[in-house]
Amino acid sequence: MLARVQVPAQARRGDIVTVRIAIQHPMETGYRPDNFGRRIAKNVINTLTCRYNGVEVFRAEMGSGVSANPQLQFYVRAESSGEMVFDWVDDSGQRGSERAPITVTA
Amino acid sequence: MSADRRRFLVSCTALALVPGLARAQQNPQREALLRDVTRGAPVRTGRVVVDTPMLADNGHSVPLRIAVDSPMTAADHVRRITILAERNPRPVVASYALGPHSGRAEIVTRIRVADIQDVIAVAELSDGSFWMGSAHVIVTELACLEG
Repeated sequence: MLARVQVPAQARRGDIVTVRIAIQHPMETGYRPDNFGRRIAKNVINTLTCRYNGVEVFRAEMGSGVSANPQLQFYVRAESSGEMVFDWVDDSGQRGSERAPITVTA
Repeated sequence: MSADRRRFLVSCTALALVPGLARAQQNPQREALLRDVTRGAPVRTGRVVVDTPMLADNGHSVPLRIAVDSPMTAADHVRRITILAERNPRPVVASYALGPHSGRAEIVTRIRVADIQDVIAVAELSDGSFWMGSAHVIVTELACLEG
């Protein structure tokens, strides 16, 4: 699964940084028929987590109401240098992961 | 003549009552949905802003920003934000867990909207209270219902 995360490379301690993630995924609703009229099974990214130096700082539980190629923007308070790790899994069990380093100055 | 006039007035009154009736019928469904989210706790209106275009011409991808008025400290923060679209086939769109690490209780994403409806966001605060806000979304091309 192709994904792109945007985390500022540098921040000052205590700053609130903007985190953006976009994942390429059809987010199948389960209501859409294929070319033969058969229903395509529901398959959405159901869980996405963001860990910042090992601590979970954000979790999204999504359903079929989220658009295809989901985009998400949220905020994290910069505490210390390290990295943010994003993990997600869809209904078919396929997993994806992305990481972004961040340098925090005093 | 006068009987006709009376019948006309009665039907006018009945017509005027219809939207009110529709609203009353819609409410139990919304209340049941909110009860599921809050596990029975009361929900107050306020503190939650749902920002979305008034007219979204494509229901497959409607930009949505949710902001909750909260200091986001360890003592007072937003624990969870849930997005509801009551006229979607699956009304619970997404749910986000936040905390004091977030710094700001705000989410931006894109959702599917199946019909002209109110999109509701419910926030659960660290003190256990629930707050909600909503935005009316008009879509010209509906999501979910066609291929």
